[in-house]
Amino acid sequence: MNETIINSIWLLAALGLVLALILYFVAQKFKVEEDPRIDLVADALPGANCGACGKAGCRDMAVQIVKDPAYTGCPVCNEENVARIAEILGRVPEKKDPMIAVVRCKGGKVNTEAKAHYEGLQSCSYAAGVMPAEGGCPFGCLGFGDCTAVCAFDALHINPQTGLPEADPEKCTACGACAKACPRGIIEIRKRRDEDGRVYVGCMNKQKGVYSAKVCKVSCIGCGKCVKTCPQNAITLENNLAYVNDALCISCQACVDACPTHAMTIMPLDKKKAKAEPEAAPQTI
Amino acid sequence: MKTFNIGGVHPHDNKLNTEAPVKELPIPQQVCVMVSQHLGAPSQPIVKKGDKVKVGTVLTQNDAFLGAVVHSPVSGTVNKIADIPDASNYPKPAIFIDVEGDEWEESIDRSPDIKREIELDAPAIIQKVKEMGIVGMGGACFPTHVKLMPPKDAKAEFLLLNGVECEPYLTCDYRLMLDHAEEILIGASILMKALGVPQAIVGIEANKPKAIEHMSEVAKSFPGISVQALKMKYPQGAEKQLIKALTGRAVPSGKLPINVGCVVDNVATCYAVYQAVQKNMPLIQRTVTVTGPSIKEPTNFLARFGTPVSAFLEAVGGVPEDTGKVISGGPMMGKSIMSAEATSVKGMSGILVLPEKQAHRNNIYPCIRCGKCVDACPMGLEPYLIASATAAKDFDKTEKARVMDCIECGCCQFTCPSNRSLLDNVKLGKATVGKIIRARNAK
Repeated sequence: MNETIINSIWLLAALGLVLALILYFVAQKFKVEEDPRIDLVADALPGANCGACGKAGCRDMAVQIVKDPAYTGCPVCNEENVARIAEILGRVPEKKDPMIAVVRCKGGKVNTEAKAHYEGLQSCSYAAGVMPAEGGCPFGCLGFGDCTAVCAFDALHINPQTGLPEADPEKCTACGACAKACPRGIIEIRKRRDEDGRVYVGCMNKQKGVYSAKVCKVSCIGCGKCVKTCPQNAITLENNLAYVNDALCISCQACVDACPTHAMTIMPLDKKKAKAEPEAAPQTI
Repeated sequence: MKTFNIGGVHPHDNKLNTEAPVKELPIPQQVCVMVSQHLGAPSQPIVKKGDKVKVGTVLTQNDAFLGAVVHSPVSGTVNKIADIPDASNYPKPAIFIDVEGDEWEESIDRSPDIKREIELDAPAIIQKVKEMGIVGMGGACFPTHVKLMPPKDAKAEFLLLNGVECEPYLTCDYRLMLDHAEEILIGASILMKALGVPQAIVGIEANKPKAIEHMSEVAKSFPGISVQALKMKYPQGAEKQLIKALTGRAVPSGKLPINVGCVVDNVATCYAVYQAVQKNMPLIQRTVTVTGPSIKEPTNFLARFGTPVSAFLEAVGGVPEDTGKVISGGPMMGKSIMSAEATSVKGMSGILVLPEKQAHRNNIYPCIRCGKCVDACPMGLEPYLIASATAAKDFDKTEKARVMDCIECGCCQFTCPSNRSLLDNVKLGKATVGKIIRARNAK
């Protein structure tokens, strides 16, 4: 009886030793050299695995950042993240303008009048194949929230009053997932400009002014007033729709005052400069 | 009685006021003719503002293989070319024509005599059909001349005429078969000659006994054409289901009817072919059913293309007070329209006015795994699976579940006891998978 127990212990111990030696030598032979900085960089990344960079996840991105010094980096990192990564890798922190998602439609429930009622699948990509927005604009926001569903940062929500999505400036990282999800391409990633305010055209309607004004109170009618007032020549008019070039805009807000339909938008709203003769603007966003 | 073997549903047929004769709708003051009224590459207008046109003047050009031209349905002056919402509710280019008199192109034979001898040979018939802008009038608007030119490796054996009209409410094909049976069958003989097929079968559902009787009687004097009564079942008017019902052949997944030796054409298309080939008359008008439970006198109207929906509704005594929605086409596959500005086009077979209480969807409940949608699917698909895979954005799975075979008949959603949006999800999956496949093929 005793002998059986002792033999078993010896046998198992010997077996364990032999296998441990095999494992040790195999591990030595096939060792993967990994840069210890990869783990540190992965910790410094936001860790949301949002996929905005196109990589399989944050760790995959960290491998890329460490390997390639020319790599521009994570599109959703804030300044703090960038500084930490630069410190780990001993590089100069990359300067980039903070960005945010802007919704280029101000129609919604407030500024358009519902001409139909939709009861089908609550999905923008399906509804876009069936009808224009309920207000009749073939370019406007449908309001079923395909964009909010893909937001990995809980930053985009449909405002129940306006029926339009709004980006939370605190949470939005400008990853661009919402811009890809929108079947109408309404969401654009633009510079934040938190101090001066970001200026953009809150309309996507490419129809002639007579038609776009019929469906929405705040549509761009392609009048071209903004193009004329812009001191930077940052605004172009194409297909009856104005577009503010983000790289040239200096947030002077001349166009915002000139726009007769209030399609030209300044966000955040408290950055709106007082005008000489204040005018009641329709409540938007 | 014959029918197709898999799936199908039995909606109430709701054919209202079927014995009333077809009325001619007065030509409105202004018509808006949609520039593209077919499936395929869009056409370009060749008229401009101020041009005088007659009935039958060509308005558009289309050089694409899958293309069909549009002719002026009225005489008058072109007012403008602008966008108006069509039945898809999106603005599309249309030619506005101010109507002046009713002057026809001289080449059109307007005499009422029926002309039976087919003078043209096969290539000339196909050319004529193309020139006259004939498209499939069942609703899909597939250019008819393309169907008459089968690929080299396929041989047509049967011409199948679709007189099924399985959509509830619609009666325009029924009236056409009663009023113009001989013309339809001459049209069929023309198509048989163009295709070189010896045999044609007209499929008519059993809820139209008068049409079956009348067509059988007339068909006696046409060698090779027979009439087959079919058991009522939706969607028997779908191409693949009709082939199965009439010939017993199954079209394999991803193949065309011609691969099993069949060409299917609607009876209204045959009538249009007759008029084009024998009378030199382009496709400028069609019979449109205006119907609905609260319409006082549901009627079939012979109307020129470009007539606004509002003119049809006025002709039946205005929009009833309890109207909930207006649908272009039938209740199963038709699309609800947002604006009465939309005008009649080659594919618009009916205008259905549904009262408020029938216009809404019922509450959606969870799937109870009953499998009714699987039983009902005439293509043998699993709608619940496709719908859930699409909702989960698993498009590989959606594609593997053969979503591209879906004919969008709506049987699954019709039969679902939990009122789930099966068809919506399947259509979304089909559109997305279609995009993925095109992107893959482009690589």
